[in-house]
Amino acid sequence: MTTADLTLTKQEADTLFRRKRLMAFGIPGVVTLYLAYIFFAFDLPGLAQRANLDNAITLASDSWSHKVHVTRDNRSGDITYAVEGERKGTYPDGQRPAWVSGDEVITIALGGEHVVRYLPDNRTEIEIPGLPLIDVQAEGRKLTSNLPQDLPDWISASSRRISITTPEGRITLTGARTEVFNYFPGWELFWFTLDSPYHGQSLGTILFGDRIDPARGNIPGAVSDWWNNAMWRHKDVVWAIGETILMAFLGTMGAALIALPLAFLAAKRFSPIMLLRAATRRLFDFVRGVDALIWTVVLARAFGPGPLTGALAILITDTGTFGKIFSEALENVDQKQIEGVSSTGAKPLQRYRFGVIPQVVPVLLAQILYFLESNTRSATIIGAITGGGIGLMLTQAIQTQKDWEEVAYYIMLIIAMVMFMDWVSGWLRGKMIGRKD
Amino acid sequence: MSDAALGSAPQGIDTIQSSYMAQVQRRRLYGGLTLLIFVILMASGFNIADDRNAGGFWDGLHQIGDYPAEVLTEAWEKRADLPALILKYVPALVETVNIAAVSTLIGGMGGLVLSLLGTRGLAKWPRLIPLFRRISDIMRAVPEIVIALMLIFVLGGGPVPAMIAIAIHTAGALGKMFSEVAENADLKPVEGLASTGATWSQRMVLGVLPQVAPNYISYALLRFEINIRASAILGFVGAGGLGYELRNAMAWGPGRFDEAGAIFILLFGTIVFFDQVSSRYRNRLTEGQGQ
Repeated sequence: MTTADLTLTKQEADTLFRRKRLMAFGIPGVVTLYLAYIFFAFDLPGLAQRANLDNAITLASDSWSHKVHVTRDNRSGDITYAVEGERKGTYPDGQRPAWVSGDEVITIALGGEHVVRYLPDNRTEIEIPGLPLIDVQAEGRKLTSNLPQDLPDWISASSRRISITTPEGRITLTGARTEVFNYFPGWELFWFTLDSPYHGQSLGTILFGDRIDPARGNIPGAVSDWWNNAMWRHKDVVWAIGETILMAFLGTMGAALIALPLAFLAAKRFSPIMLLRAATRRLFDFVRGVDALIWTVVLARAFGPGPLTGALAILITDTGTFGKIFSEALENVDQKQIEGVSSTGAKPLQRYRFGVIPQVVPVLLAQILYFLESNTRSATIIGAITGGGIGLMLTQAIQTQKDWEEVAYYIMLIIAMVMFMDWVSGWLRGKMIGRKD
Repeated sequence: MSDAALGSAPQGIDTIQSSYMAQVQRRRLYGGLTLLIFVILMASGFNIADDRNAGGFWDGLHQIGDYPAEVLTEAWEKRADLPALILKYVPALVETVNIAAVSTLIGGMGGLVLSLLGTRGLAKWPRLIPLFRRISDIMRAVPEIVIALMLIFVLGGGPVPAMIAIAIHTAGALGKMFSEVAENADLKPVEGLASTGATWSQRMVLGVLPQVAPNYISYALLRFEINIRASAILGFVGAGGLGYELRNAMAWGPGRFDEAGAIFILLFGTIVFFDQVSSRYRNRLTEGQGQ
C-alpha cells in the first residue's frame, strides 16, 4: 500500500468520523430543539393552571369507592337514602343504612366521630372533632349558621351554600336541601340492586340456602337479578362488548374477503393491464387515505349510529390496507409452483387455487389475525364516535363525570377484551399456520 | 429388488392410496366445516349488527353518497374560498402532525427502554423480564381513547392529553416489535463491550442499537403513520387539532360544509403524503440492510 493510498484512506476515515460525530450530537440536538418547540407550542407552562387537580382526586377516589347520599328536601322534609344519589340505587321505603338512626332527629354517623344531625324545622347540626358544634338553619333560600369568619380551606360558606369536605364524608347545605355523602370503599350494588331480594345475601346462602324469593329458584333468580342490575347494567355491558368485537370481526373479515380478489388485480404478475393495475392501487390508496375517521362520519350519515356503521368503516379502510399488503404478497409468490400446477392442465382458476393461494395463505392469515386484534381497539374508538359498543358506554360514563367507578369497570373490561382478542388471534395463528418458535 | 418387495407392492400402493383419499376427505370435511362456521358467523354477525344499528343496511346503502355529495357540491360552489379555508386550518393540521410526531418520539424512546429491558440476553435485570413484558402488553392493550378521555377530564382539552395517550400506546406497541428485533441481535458486540468494562447502557447504545437501528426506525415510521390517524380521531373527541375542527365544522351542518370539505382535503392529503414519504423511506432502510 503506498503512502498516497494511506492518506486517502485516512481522509475517508476522517470524514466518516466527522459525520458520525455530527450525527451523534446533531440528532439529539434536533430532538431537544423540537421538544422545546413543542413545549411552547402545546402550552405546557399553561397546563398547570388549566389542570384541575380536584378532578384528578375525584377520579382517583371515586373509581374504587362509592358514596351513599342522605338527602333532606327542606321543603317537604322528606329524607331519601340513595347509593350514588341515583334513583336506581335508592333504598326502598322503610329501609335505611345502619349508620343512620333516630326518628325525630336523624343522626348520621359518618365515622371518626363526625356526626350530622337533621333536626326538625330544617335545622342541621354538624359535629366535627376540633371544631365547635356547627349549627345551620335553612330558611327559604337563605342559610344562617354560627360558622366563624375565618374558615379552614375545606369549608366554604356563603349565605346561599355551605360545603364541608372531610376525610369521612362531604356535607352540602343549601336553602332547598341538605345533603350528606358518606364514602365507602368498593363498588356497591355491583351484584344486586337494593330492590333485589338477593341483596346482602352471602354466596353460600344463594347457592345452598333456602329459597329466598318464593317465586323463583335461588340460582336462576340471582342470575337474572344480576343480569338485569339497573345500576351496573351487566346485560348492556356484555352486549356492548359483543358489539365491539362484532365490529372488529365483521370489518376485518369483510375487508379481507373484498381485498383478496382486488389484490390480484393490483399485482403485476396476475394483472397484465397496466391501467387496471394502477386504478386498483389508487383505489386502495384512496380508501386508506380517507381514514376510518372520515368514513365513520360519512357512513354514520347514511346508516345512523350503531355497530354496522363501525363495521363498515373498518371494512372500507382495511380493504385498502389489506389490498396493499396482499398484492405485495402476491407479487412475491414463487412461479415454479404455478408452473407445476399448470403443467397438469389446470385452468386459470385452478392455477390460482392450487398454485398461488397455498403460498400466500400463511402471510394473509397472519396479517388478518393481527388486524383482528388491532381492530378491536379501533372499534372501541370508532364506537365512541359513531355510537356503538363499549366505546360509547365509556364516553357516556366519562361525560356524566360522576360514575368513575363505572369508568374504571369499563376500562378494565376493555383491557381484558383487547388482551383476550390478542390471545385468540395468537392462538388461531398458532393453530392455522404453526408457531414461529 | 426382492420377490417379497414385488409381491407387497400393489397392496402397499392400495393402502397408500386409500389412506391418502381418507386424509383428503377428512381435510375437505374439516375445511368445509370451518368454512361453514365462518359463513354462519359472518351472516349472523351481519344480521345482529344490522338489527342493532339505528338505520338498516339496505335502506342506507343508496344514501352513502348523499353526504359526501352535499359536502362536495357546497365546497365546489364556494371553491373560491377554499384556498383561504385550507390556510385557515393549517395550524390545526400542524398541531395534529405535532401530536403524532411527539408521541411517536416519546413512545419510541419508552418502547426502546421497555424492549431492551424485556429481551432475553439483553435485559439488565433478567428476573424482571416478564414484568416489563406485561407492562408493555398492558400499555399496548389500552386504547388511546380511554387515556385521552380521562386526561381531558383532568387536564382540560388540548393536544397534551392526546399526546400522552398516543405515546403510552406507542410505547407498548413499539416495545413488542422492538423486542422481537432485539431478540435476533448478535450478542458478540455486547460481550466484547462487556469485556472492556462497559456499563449496561453503554453496551446497549454501542453494541445493540447500531445493529437494530434500521428496523427500529422503520417500525417507528410505520407507527408515525398510524399515529397521525389516531391523533386526528382523538381530536374528534376533544383533544385539539384537525379532528376537533372537523367536529365543529360538522356540527354546524349545511352552510359550513365548505369548511368540512377543506378539512377533509387537508386530512386526506396529509395522510397520503406521510404514507408515501414514510413507505419510501422504509423501503430504503430495509433494502439497505440486505447489502
